[in-house]
Amino acid sequence: MIIYLIFLFVLLALMVGAAIYSIMQKDLLYAVIGTGVISLVLSVLFLILQAPDVALTEAAIGVALTTIIFIITIRNTVRYEDEHDRKENK
Amino acid sequence: MEQTNFDISIVEYGFFVSAILVILVGLYGALVKKSLIKIVIGLSILESGVNLLLITIGYIQGGTAPVFSPQLLKDMPLTLENIRNLGNGMVDPVPQALVLTAIVIGFGVTAVALSLVIRLYRHHHTLVIDEIKNLKW
Repeated sequence: MIIYLIFLFVLLALMVGAAIYSIMQKDLLYAVIGTGVISLVLSVLFLILQAPDVALTEAAIGVALTTIIFIITIRNTVRYEDEHDRKENK
Repeated sequence: MEQTNFDISIVEYGFFVSAILVILVGLYGALVKKSLIKIVIGLSILESGVNLLLITIGYIQGGTAPVFSPQLLKDMPLTLENIRNLGNGMVDPVPQALVLTAIVIGFGVTAVALSLVIRLYRHHHTLVIDEIKNLKW
């Protein structure tokens, strides 16, 4: 029981930590991987909260599809937030 | 799903507090950051926090998943009382259906926003919103 509680609070802390990391990260590719971690932990939390259908949908859409379209956008635009590589390309 | 009986008062507060923290972090990212991709990332995090908050509101302590199985219905006489009491030990299915729709709609919103970001980058050659000043494309 106490193991279960510790596991649960580690998951919650991991989700909040990944959210703060992906907001504070300057490299947008790492930030997108952070949002993927948030979705993965969130799908486990939905399973604990007795919502297995929502967990399946979140794991498919949140982890795979959202990360893929973010990576396509980063590939077509710039990778860094402050755009110091844009000046080099010009 | 197996039934999980634990002290819900600590655990449910933990879920509420972490969902609200994720919402606040996403709101900060969407309001403060200058890069357009970082704004879309903030909106995505905000949506994840709102989904977790809704599912946590619909949770009942010790409830099972709202799915009827043949084992549950096998040795039960089909009276009106039994049919009325059939969903008593289950969590609320209405927020789950709502969140299931909201996840798919959120993916669509993210895709449209990112396509607008690519269009803006091709026209302005920057993603910093301070440098995009004119409203004409």
